[in-house]
Amino acid sequence: MRFLSSRRRHPVAKPLLLVFALFVMGGLYAILAPSDVSSADTTKSQQVEAGRKLFAVGCSSCHGLNGQGSSQGPTLVGVGAAAVDFQVSTGRMPLAYPQQQAPQTKVSYNDDEIAALAAYVQTLGPGPEIPSASQYQPSGLTDEEVARGGELFRTNCSACHNAEGAGGALPNGKYAPSLVGVSDKHIYEAMLTGPQQMPVFSDQVVTPKDKQEIIAYLQTLHERPNNGGLALGGIGPVSEGLWTWIVGLGVLVAFAVWIAAKGAKAK
Amino acid sequence: MAKPAATVAREADLADGKTPPKQFGPVFKAASGPAGWADERLGLASLGKHNLRKIFPDHWSFLLGEIALYSFIVLLLTGVFLTLWYQPSMDETTYDGTYQLLRGVTMSQAYSSTVHISFDIRGGLLLRQMHHWAAMLFVAAMICHSLRVFFTGAFRKPRELNWLLGVGLMGIGLIEGFAGYSLPDDLLSGTGLRFVDGLIRSIPLVGTYIEFFIFGGEYPGDLIIPRLYMAHILLIPAVILGLIAAHLALVVYHKHTQYPGPGRKESNVVGYPLFPVYMAKAGGFFFIVFGVITLMGALMQLNPVWTYGPYTPNQVTAGAQPDWYMGFVEGAIRIMPNWEWHIGGTTWSWNIFLPGVGLLTALFVIMGVYPFVERWVTGDKSEHHILDRPRNNPTRTAFGVAAMTCYGFFWMGGGNDIIATHFHVSLNNVTYFLRVAVFVGPVLAFLITKRICIGLQRASEERLLHGAESGIIIRHPSGGYEEKHTPITAEEAYTLTQHKEYVPITVGGDGTDHNGVSKRDLGKQKRRALATRFYFGDNLRKPTRAEIEEAAAHFDHDGANGHGHGELEDGHSNGHSNGHSNGHSNGHSNGHSNGQAAIGSDRDDLETADR
Repeated sequence: MRFLSSRRRHPVAKPLLLVFALFVMGGLYAILAPSDVSSADTTKSQQVEAGRKLFAVGCSSCHGLNGQGSSQGPTLVGVGAAAVDFQVSTGRMPLAYPQQQAPQTKVSYNDDEIAALAAYVQTLGPGPEIPSASQYQPSGLTDEEVARGGELFRTNCSACHNAEGAGGALPNGKYAPSLVGVSDKHIYEAMLTGPQQMPVFSDQVVTPKDKQEIIAYLQTLHERPNNGGLALGGIGPVSEGLWTWIVGLGVLVAFAVWIAAKGAKAK
Repeated sequence: MAKPAATVAREADLADGKTPPKQFGPVFKAASGPAGWADERLGLASLGKHNLRKIFPDHWSFLLGEIALYSFIVLLLTGVFLTLWYQPSMDETTYDGTYQLLRGVTMSQAYSSTVHISFDIRGGLLLRQMHHWAAMLFVAAMICHSLRVFFTGAFRKPRELNWLLGVGLMGIGLIEGFAGYSLPDDLLSGTGLRFVDGLIRSIPLVGTYIEFFIFGGEYPGDLIIPRLYMAHILLIPAVILGLIAAHLALVVYHKHTQYPGPGRKESNVVGYPLFPVYMAKAGGFFFIVFGVITLMGALMQLNPVWTYGPYTPNQVTAGAQPDWYMGFVEGAIRIMPNWEWHIGGTTWSWNIFLPGVGLLTALFVIMGVYPFVERWVTGDKSEHHILDRPRNNPTRTAFGVAAMTCYGFFWMGGGNDIIATHFHVSLNNVTYFLRVAVFVGPVLAFLITKRICIGLQRASEERLLHGAESGIIIRHPSGGYEEKHTPITAEEAYTLTQHKEYVPITVGGDGTDHNGVSKRDLGKQKRRALATRFYFGDNLRKPTRAEIEEAAAHFDHDGANGHGHGELEDGHSNGHSNGHSNGHSNGHSNGHSNGQAAIGSDRDDLETADR
């Protein structure tokens, strides 16, 4: 102790103490701060950087170099990663040419690239994140809750998407696409982000549980066997009327011709 | 019934006058007792003797009405089954049945019982689907039947009233179908009911009062399902049954019409007796119709009410359409521009009223008055039991096709959203196209059909004067080629020329026409002259006897080497005179005289009944 106390006024003591304090602080920080954050930060930034590059090549001609939007495409500031994931992983984006509505086509990016694009767009402004499986996958719902999903679907969705989710027409060549075969994640993201003509059904309006119930209803509806025979296109009275005339009346007229031609024939 | 007597006489000849008394089989012997018992009390024998031998002509198009009749019988049978389980009540209940996706949902008892029939009653879904398919077929067959009657002119005297009964049946059939469509109280049928509620409200001034009267207050209330149920299972079926009975009784009374042909006159019916030929054919056809409907009910899904969910006024589904027979009204309303008046405190919804109530009324009024309009134009007061070939009345045929075209475009309008999504076109463009097409389409269809009919008349005349194409090409010594024409049979010539010919009337300018009608009626006469010119002005005149004889004579002169039509000649009249065909004079003269023996009527397999 004498050694330290006798030299406490030594000219280098203060700088040494400062260095020591810095070491302590740095050491404390290294111990106390969560280590994964710092490592994630680097991959995240790499991902964002990769996304930025992909964005500049594939998206910026319409959405602008910084995603600010242009006359050709809307701004992506604040749309969130979920919107990007929905649009790109269903093949709606990138759009081949300006259309009334982006159609579902072949997916142009792989999963990593989509994640990168989503991460980049999320940095432009806060928006809904890509939902996790536990969020969108319905599990442990009772029959009543699934049926309630049907009620919610008919109240909020069927006006455009049809009661069976078969889709429907909207003005000027726009349309509500069919929901048959659409993944749970994409249905969830669509409700969350309101792509194309669709309104946003935010978590305040249709709660995550409601969304799960709607997804569960659609899942069950589309997995069920088709009671009553061939679905005939499943588009309701129009196809039913068509089949009435073609099959019903067609077959019966054929029989009528056969009967009239059979037996002793009055010329 | 001249024919059966002749047949019996021939059999008697064969047996050399010594026919042994008929030996009945065991079945007849067993049946004779009860039959005799019934006859003594009900007089069935004399009744049957008269009616069982009734002659009906044979043609497939005469069976279209039967499809409707048999569909109706299937409707009655399956409908009775459905009433055993259906509950016509709008009281709320919570579903607790087999169908998982509605469990715990609040709904009306009507809907709940419909889902119950579909999932929990043995055979319920099959019978429900059969009932619905039969209803769709019933109206479709009625429409086809009415088109057959229209295009062949079977509505002419003395059958105008029966035509009106048919028009009534069709109108009531639509209402009956709609009432049935509304009973399940699912989202789709409720939307349809709302649509009709709109139609009723659109009636100027009194609409809302009528709505309150029908629904017992504000829409939807809790009365409409029981009321529709009463109408659907009691009131309307009773009316339909009564109308069908009258419709068929008049068919029996008037006797069936027949297509023109040798041996067929306005005064006879050529065909087969009800028993046994039509008993077997019509009876068999009933089971065919029943079978086809059963197969459709078993194999083809129709109106899956469980997927639509219960009706709540705040819900709707995309692609909501009525059943096909109301589709034209739906379409008219979909394509109608938004015309609306507000006068004082009232709303005049022309956008709903004109295409909805107006179109429905127009359809049935036009159908109803048409026979009388045509009769006014033709001035024909004679009875018609021989059907028209559609080509021989081009204007009527053209009217019919124009009406079908108009109906078809309205119909398309009802599915404009389906067209938009399935053919990837804009909903608005479909609508704008149809707004024009419903007016332009019928006009084009009228002109084209009329021209086709007149073309077919020319083809008939061609066969009459120049014979049929034989397919044999002859090379002349000079090197030219021509196709040899063979004369058509007298029977065919008769068929081609038997129709009554109407000519446009003319009105003189001096205040009287050539019939000496006074000036007082001149305006009326002028209107009729205009109408006859419009109706018959473009018709091809039937060749006169002289023309046919001339054609035949030229053929005789030139022999087998006579010129065919057209190849070496440049004028139509030359074509006439050089045509080669014989036997025409015979055929033609048969056209108007009643005296000729019916050609071909002495066939063993045919029977003729006098009117």
